[in-house]
Amino acid sequence: MNLLKMFQARGSAPVARERLQILLAHERVRLGPEDLLSRLRDDLIATILRHVEIDPSKVMVKMDGDAAVSTLEIDIEIPREKIVGDGKRRPFGDEEALTSAA
Amino acid sequence: MGNVIVVTSGKGGVGKTTSTAAIGASLAETGKRVCVVDFDVGLRNLDLVLGAERRVVYDFINVAQGDAKLSQALIRDKRVETLFLLAASQTRDKDALTDEGVERVIGELRQSFDYVVCDSPAGIERGALLAMRFADTAVVVCNPEVSSVRDSDRIIGLLDSRTRRAEGGSRIDKHLLLTRFDPNRSARGEMLSVADVLEILSIPLVGIIPESEEILRASNLGAPITMNAGASPAAKAYRDAARRLAGEPVPLAMPNEKKPFFSRLFGRRAA
Repeated sequence: MNLLKMFQARGSAPVARERLQILLAHERVRLGPEDLLSRLRDDLIATILRHVEIDPSKVMVKMDGDAAVSTLEIDIEIPREKIVGDGKRRPFGDEEALTSAA
Repeated sequence: MGNVIVVTSGKGGVGKTTSTAAIGASLAETGKRVCVVDFDVGLRNLDLVLGAERRVVYDFINVAQGDAKLSQALIRDKRVETLFLLAASQTRDKDALTDEGVERVIGELRQSFDYVVCDSPAGIERGALLAMRFADTAVVVCNPEVSSVRDSDRIIGLLDSRTRRAEGGSRIDKHLLLTRFDPNRSARGEMLSVADVLEILSIPLVGIIPESEEILRASNLGAPITMNAGASPAAKAYRDAARRLAGEPVPLAMPNEKKPFFSRLFGRRAA
């Protein structure tokens, strides 16, 4: 029986290894940038919210491209009334800080 | 300041809770002060594996929400006096734990323990992310099996991006703990080898725990394997893994394989 086994095909472990190597090579590329995108999106929203009131659900961040180049597409919807504002360029406090520093 | 270790895997049923109990107990047996923390809100089990299920009065969420003091919630092990447990809550509200609450409790634990060993829930959802968030060290528990290896790869990616350390630009120490390994099946080419898993996941190996009947026996009786069957190969492997985690250079031997007669005569043929 043992002798017979020796002449049988090799075990299934090498197949498992090969499948995993192929699968993970793909998943690391695909899932890596996805996580980068969610971090980029969080940072972008935080930065914009410091200046303009926006709805975080209206921020779209997309990565595209082919083998040679990747493009990052950012689409942010800002309600018109938020940018028309009241005509002030910057808060008074900041201007004062600038003049005293000069 | 204590070292915070998260025991994680992605996939369920690979041995996170068993490993948390065994590593925690091994570290405590060397005289270090150790607290094992169950992060599996709603499905707590670490208390059961440690035989402390009837002693839980306050849990992690009670402490995180300020309803109980940490000292009221900690349960001291009856066998090893430097081993403590902070049990998970059985509430169904998974959002009961907040980032701030967890950070505060982990911070307090760091002050009074040498090691804080966090048992992560399965999955890659909020609970698993919270368990790894404040860790310094990660033990990735993996079985030599395709779905477990794939999920481990995913978890390693999260450890490198979603932990406090990763966000601060530094790295979390990652270690692979290969559990339920059967050296005979691996030698016959029926199971991924240690080298296969290491090559695929490429993080350092901290231990190989052989498949063992003693593990189920120990959990039936409510004791970590290192206490219940201290002389078994699995217990020895856990103790060695704990020593490596503590920074001791313990040589890592491959588990013994009983080679069948013909293989011994003609040498190993299977890949």
